[in-house]
Amino acid sequence: MTKRRTDRILLAHGGGGRLTDQLIRRHILPQLKNDALAELGDSAKLDLSSASVCFTTDSYVVKPLFFNGGDIGKLAVCGTINDLAVAGSRPVALTLSLIIEEGFEFALLAKILSGIGEAARQSDAQIVAGDTKTVESGAAEGIFINTAGVGVRLPGVDLGFEKITPGDRIIINGTIGDHGMAIISQREGMEFQSRLRSDCAALAGLTCRLLESTNGIRFMRDPTRGGLAAALNEIAAGTGLAVEISETDVPVDPTVRAAAEMLGFDPLTIANEGKFVAVVSPESAEQCLNICKSHPLGGNAAIIGTVVQASDVPTVELMTEIGGRRIVPMPYGRELPRIC
Amino acid sequence: MLERIEKAKDQMTAACEAMGRPINIMEVCGTHTVSIFRNGIRSVLPAGLRLLSGPGCPVCVTDQSYIDTVLRLADRDDLLIATYGDMIRVPGRGGSLETKRAKAAVRVVLSSEDALQLARDNPSKVVVFIAVGFETTAPATAVVVKEAAADSLENFCIFSGHKLVVPAMRALLSDKNNNIDAFLCPGHVSAIIGYGAFGEIVDNFGRPCVVAGFEALQIMEGLAEICRQLSCGEPELKSVYTAVVTRDGNTAAQKIIDECFEAVDGYWRGLGKIKKSTLRLRDEYGRFDAVQRFGLHEIPAEDTTGCRCGEVLCGLIEPPQCSLFERACSPEMPVGACMVSSEGACAAWFKYGRKRECRK
Repeated sequence: MTKRRTDRILLAHGGGGRLTDQLIRRHILPQLKNDALAELGDSAKLDLSSASVCFTTDSYVVKPLFFNGGDIGKLAVCGTINDLAVAGSRPVALTLSLIIEEGFEFALLAKILSGIGEAARQSDAQIVAGDTKTVESGAAEGIFINTAGVGVRLPGVDLGFEKITPGDRIIINGTIGDHGMAIISQREGMEFQSRLRSDCAALAGLTCRLLESTNGIRFMRDPTRGGLAAALNEIAAGTGLAVEISETDVPVDPTVRAAAEMLGFDPLTIANEGKFVAVVSPESAEQCLNICKSHPLGGNAAIIGTVVQASDVPTVELMTEIGGRRIVPMPYGRELPRIC
Repeated sequence: MLERIEKAKDQMTAACEAMGRPINIMEVCGTHTVSIFRNGIRSVLPAGLRLLSGPGCPVCVTDQSYIDTVLRLADRDDLLIATYGDMIRVPGRGGSLETKRAKAAVRVVLSSEDALQLARDNPSKVVVFIAVGFETTAPATAVVVKEAAADSLENFCIFSGHKLVVPAMRALLSDKNNNIDAFLCPGHVSAIIGYGAFGEIVDNFGRPCVVAGFEALQIMEGLAEICRQLSCGEPELKSVYTAVVTRDGNTAAQKIIDECFEAVDGYWRGLGKIKKSTLRLRDEYGRFDAVQRFGLHEIPAEDTTGCRCGEVLCGLIEPPQCSLFERACSPEMPVGACMVSSEGACAAWFKYGRKRECRK
């Protein structure tokens, strides 16, 4: 059935005139409802509780737009929230830029905006400013999204590579590779795709709880593109120390493991969108683990390894199931394009 | 599982001590190579036991002249090149399929069926399927050639680079400088040809041949079995991959290979010309053979890059012994085929083995 023209985005919806106004007032504002945005001013005015903030931005071009466990809208909010969260801040405000391809269905846009609104509300962050552009058919694949975000740094929290010392433990809040495998299995049309679900989630609730409960946290990072392998290699490179992890301790969902095996991927290098890696003091490791485990986003959390003095060059090493050792290299990644 | 791993380790240690000299075992399967690295197997082996990564990765063994011919075909406007993804980055004269892709018609396919479909969808072009791989991929190529013949699909042909494993093993052992004590035989290939096919290696060369699967435990038990045979001086033919591999293999797959192809002499990277080692389409399918269709001649190419892939494939050196390794040659900027394929020995060493294993 062909859709009527009015069911779809037209180039004129990005022209700044009456249609743009309609798009914003009828389709976008109701989904995101908040006072700051409703003013439709040229800039949002923010009254923050502290002058010390974290500020970040990210663009999202994921394909497919809708996947098991989320969609590009949820991803765009959670991704930016998580970047703020792992830097030790409480996310407060986001901006939202939509680049929409001519002919994109309003029904799909509504679904995406609903995901955006929900993810923002769940994190107590508001979408305070935005922009909409339209491009000719063929110039974008449906929709691209950019978000930027501001978070207020938690008092007394100062995370960084320089805080990490040998003996520190490494914690992850759950299974790895879920997002990347959900996307790729859907793209490849694999038969068990329905059992693979992206972990896409906003982590600020859990990270704030951790940071407010203990001062043992030295550093956090969200292992998105390049997966756990990239995050740990960044830690090794940033500290000049080595990282040792145990294969049997790294949580991997059996379906993800099987799918990765079939496609020739290493779960360590597959993207996550609802995970963080925390480097914590040895004394606080158990407490951090317990806090994670008592949170809905940390049920499968585990202590997976230790930071050690590097014998020569800083590397990440995996203690394998059979008692062997091997390097976990920095992925040189071209295997999975457009996963976020 | 750990108990069985420990038992395998003990068997290997005991065998190495009994032998009183280093043992060299060659694996001839890229999936084994990768699994050995990923599981850190080298790091748990006794000091005297060395694993050599032989000619087991399809991209790696493909001769330079074949690559150069593919690149020449890619320059023609009337053709559409259909290739497995691994092949597109292999460097040849004047670039690679990847660098040509910007202006030439090159499509990456996941299967031979995709290549055939490409021909159906593009009637104005002749699709050339770059058919590489061992006995594992040859049956799938044979199937589409038969389909094309049945449908009289005239705009489809294959450029066969299919290789046979056993002739390569024979060639390696016929070189008097070889240092191979035994073979860990490939799981996938054996599932097709049957482990019985390695019998001649045991009988004629006195080398143990043991087929194993790809799990760490399978590989460890396969190696332990080889060590046991070596230490008691009784080379045997054996499979520890009993769930998948039988003595006779997949006879239906063998039959279709035989119906479409005949074994002819062919060039291998590093190993040179090997008798009856390459599959060529039989004359009755000649119109689907790119070699006949376009009058292609395979001229052995001289490698001027200084790349030592050939010696790596013969087990004569380990990748870090090549002066290009890690310096001029890396997975991002590969000089040799063994660094291109994810199953190549050089790529596996680069990825998992640097530092610890190359500085031993």
